[in-house]
Amino acid sequence: MNLTLKIWRQKDAKSKGKFVTYTLNEISPNCSFLEMLDILNENLIGKNEEPVVFDHDCREGICGMCSLYINGRPHGPDDAVTACQLHMRKFKDGDTITVEPWRAKPFPVIKDLMVDRTAFDRIIQEGGYISVNTGGAMEANHILVPKPAAELSMDAAACIGCGACVAACKNASAMLFVSAKVSQFALLPQGRPEAKERVMKMVKTMDELGFGNCTNTYACEAECPKSISRSNIARMNLEFICANTSW
Amino acid sequence: MSASSLRFSSITKKIWMALLGIFLLIFLVVHLSINLCLLRSDPRWFNDAAYFMGTNYVVKTFEVVLFAGFILHMALGIILQVQNWMSRPVRYAVNNKTTTPFLSKYMIWTGGIIFIFLVIHLMNFYAIKLGWVEGPRFESGEPNFYQRAIDLFSQPAYSLLYILLFIVLGFHLNHAFQAAFQSLGLNFTKYTKCIERFGVAYSIVVPLGFIIIPIYFLLIR
Repeated sequence: MNLTLKIWRQKDAKSKGKFVTYTLNEISPNCSFLEMLDILNENLIGKNEEPVVFDHDCREGICGMCSLYINGRPHGPDDAVTACQLHMRKFKDGDTITVEPWRAKPFPVIKDLMVDRTAFDRIIQEGGYISVNTGGAMEANHILVPKPAAELSMDAAACIGCGACVAACKNASAMLFVSAKVSQFALLPQGRPEAKERVMKMVKTMDELGFGNCTNTYACEAECPKSISRSNIARMNLEFICANTSW
Repeated sequence: MSASSLRFSSITKKIWMALLGIFLLIFLVVHLSINLCLLRSDPRWFNDAAYFMGTNYVVKTFEVVLFAGFILHMALGIILQVQNWMSRPVRYAVNNKTTTPFLSKYMIWTGGIIFIFLVIHLMNFYAIKLGWVEGPRFESGEPNFYQRAIDLFSQPAYSLLYILLFIVLGFHLNHAFQAAFQSLGLNFTKYTKCIERFGVAYSIVVPLGFIIIPIYFLLIR
C-alpha cells in the first residue's frame, strides 16, 4: 500500500505545532497502525530527521497507552479496538491519513502525538480504590457477590483508561472513564463502604481538571475500544444523587 | 463538601437540566390540551381555558415556577455549553466521524431557536394580558386570545414559521426525553428501550398536535 500521512508535529508543550506530510510506500496491509508508524520513524531516522513521538506499550490492546486520533476517530476507523490493534487493511491504497493527538484541555500535548494523561491518574487517586486491612487472605467466598453484579463490575473494570472517550466527546467529557471506575466498585459489596465519598471526590476532581460536561451524545460509548456501556454514566449519576441526598 | 459538590458539580447541573426539562415536557402537554380547544368552532372552549389558566391561583403560582424553570433551563444550557467549548481549546483538524445520534449534537442550537420563538409567542399573547401590546379584547376588557390566535394563524407566513418551529422543538425533544432519564441515573436494562421509544413517540405526537392547528386554519377553515 502507498500512503500519504499528515501527522501533527509539535516540538514540545509550549511550541506551536503543525501538520507535516509524509509519503510511505509498500506498506503491508497486514501490519498494524503502530508498525506502520515504526516504519515511518525508521525512514525518518535514516534521513537524520526527528522521529514522530507517539505513546505505545503493550501493543495488545490492554495497556491503554496508544492515543491517536486517526481520520476523525479515536483509534481510527475500526470499532472496539485500540490503535495498536488497528490494521492497515482498514485503509485503501493511496489513502491520505491524518493523525492528531487527543485534544482536550486536561490532556496537553507533550510532543507530537503524545499527550499528558496524568489527569486520569489524579481522578483515580481520589477514589479509584478500596481500603482493606492487610494481613492473611480472606476466605474467597466470605462475601457473596451476585453473578449479574460481578459481571457488570467486570465489564466496567475492562476500561483501560486510554482517553478515547474524552477524545471522541464533542465536550471533552471524561464521564465514561470516571463512571466505569466508580461503577466497578459501586457494584460490589467491597466497594460500598466508600461509595459515597468515592463518587463525590472523583466527580469533584474531574470537574476541577477541566473536563467538559456530558450532554449524552454517547460518542464515548461508540468509540470506546473496550465497549464500556453508557449505563455506567447513569449509574454514576444515580450514585452521585444518592451520595448527596443521604445522611 | 456535600453541599458545595451538590451545588456546583457538572452532574448537579445536568440533574437540574433534566428535572426542569421533564417539568417543561409536562407543561407542554397541558399547553397542547388547551391549544387543541382552538379546533372547536365554539370559541368559548379556548377562551374559558385561557381565562382559567390566567386567573386560577394554583395555575398562577405555577406560572412563576414555569418562568423560573424556563430561565434556569436556558441559563444552565448556556453555562454547560460554554464550559464544554472551553474544555477543548484546540479543535481537531478533521471533523469527528463518530456515529452518534445526529440531533444530540445540536441541542444548544435547537434550544436557541425555541427561545426565539418563545419570545415571539410571549409578545403575541402574554404581553396582551400584561397590557404591553394592543390586541383583541372582550367588552369586559379581558383579552380575546381565541381571536388573537385566529388572526395569527390566518397569516400563512406566521403559520409556516409556527410549523417549522415545532419541527425544531420535535428535534430538541427527540434527544431531550431519554437524555433526561440518563442524567437522572435512570438507565436500566428493563426500562431504557421503553423510555427511548416513548421519548421518540412524544417528540413526534406532541409537536404534531401543535402543528395540526395552523394546518386546520390554513386549509380547512
